[in-house]
Amino acid sequence: MDSITWIGLASVISAGITIGIGSVGPALGEGRALAQALASIAQQPDEAATITRTLFVGMAMVESTAIYCFVISLILIFANPFWNFAVSQAGG
Amino acid sequence: MQLSPDETIYWQQGFVVINATLVFTWVAMVLLIGGSWLITRHLSVREPISTRQSVLETIVSMISGQIEEVMQRQPGPFMPFIGSLFLFIAVMNSLGVIPGYQSPTGSLSTTAALAAAVFFAVPYYGIRERGAAQYLRQYLQPTFFMLPFNIIGELSRTLALAVRLFGNIMSGEMIVAILLLIVPLFFPVVMQVFGLLIGLIQAYIFAVLAAVYISSAITSEGD
Repeated sequence: MDSITWIGLASVISAGITIGIGSVGPALGEGRALAQALASIAQQPDEAATITRTLFVGMAMVESTAIYCFVISLILIFANPFWNFAVSQAGG
Repeated sequence: MQLSPDETIYWQQGFVVINATLVFTWVAMVLLIGGSWLITRHLSVREPISTRQSVLETIVSMISGQIEEVMQRQPGPFMPFIGSLFLFIAVMNSLGVIPGYQSPTGSLSTTAALAAAVFFAVPYYGIRERGAAQYLRQYLQPTFFMLPFNIIGELSRTLALAVRLFGNIMSGEMIVAILLLIVPLFFPVVMQVFGLLIGLIQAYIFAVLAAVYISSAITSEGD
C-alpha cells in the first residue's frame, strides 16, 4: 500500500479508538461524582443549591479530557494535516 | 463540512479577513450593547419601574449573587468582568438556534481570546488586591521547586477553558449538521434544544471558573 492509504487507514482507526477509549474514563468519573452529589443532597437538602453548582463545575472539569479526545478525533477526520499533505503530494 | 465559522469568509484583502466569526460576534455585541443602552436610558428608582428594567435588574442581581457565593466576598469589583463573560458567551451560544447564525464560540479563536482575557485578568486582580510581591510569592508555594509546575498549571487551565467551551459548542453544531444528513425530520431539533441547554451551562461554567481562578489568586493564607 502506498503512503496515502496508510495515512488514511491510521487516521480513521486512531480517531475511532481515541474517542472510544477517551470517553470511558470521564463517563465513569462523572457517574461517581453524580452519585456522591445525590447522596449529599439526600443528607442535606438545604444545601442543594451549593451542591448542584459545585457538581456542575466539577463535571465540566472532569469532562475536559473527553473533549480533548473528541477534538483530536475530529481533527483526524476533518482537518488532518498529514492527509492534506499526502493529497497535495499525490495531486501535484 | 466546515469545522468552524472561521472558514466562511465574506471579504478578504491582503491579511484582513472578514469571516463569519467576526460578523456574528459583532451581531451579538450589537444586540447586547444596543439592547442594554435602549433599556437603561430611562432608569427610575421609584414606581413605576418598567418591565425591561426589572428584567435587567433580575439578571444583574442573579449574577451578583452567584459571584458572591462562589468567591465568598463582595462581588462589586468583579461584576463587570465576570458578568460580561457570562452574558456574552450565553448570548453567543443561545443565538445559535436562529437559522443562519453560527455561534462564534464554535471557533477556537473566540474561545482562546476569552480564555486569554481570563489569563490576564487573574494577575491583574491578584496584584490589585494583594500587591505584586505577595501575588508572585504564591507561585513559590508550597516550595520553591513548584514554580514550573505552578506556571504550567496556570497555562493548562487557561487552555482547558478555551478547549472546553470550543469543544462543547462545536460538537453541538456538528452533531446537528450530521443529523441533518442522516435523520433530518425530528432529531436535529432535539439536538438543538440540547445545544441551547449546553450553551447556557458552558457560559455559566466559564464565568464560575473565571471567578474561582480570580478568587484563588486573591485569597492568601489565613483568609
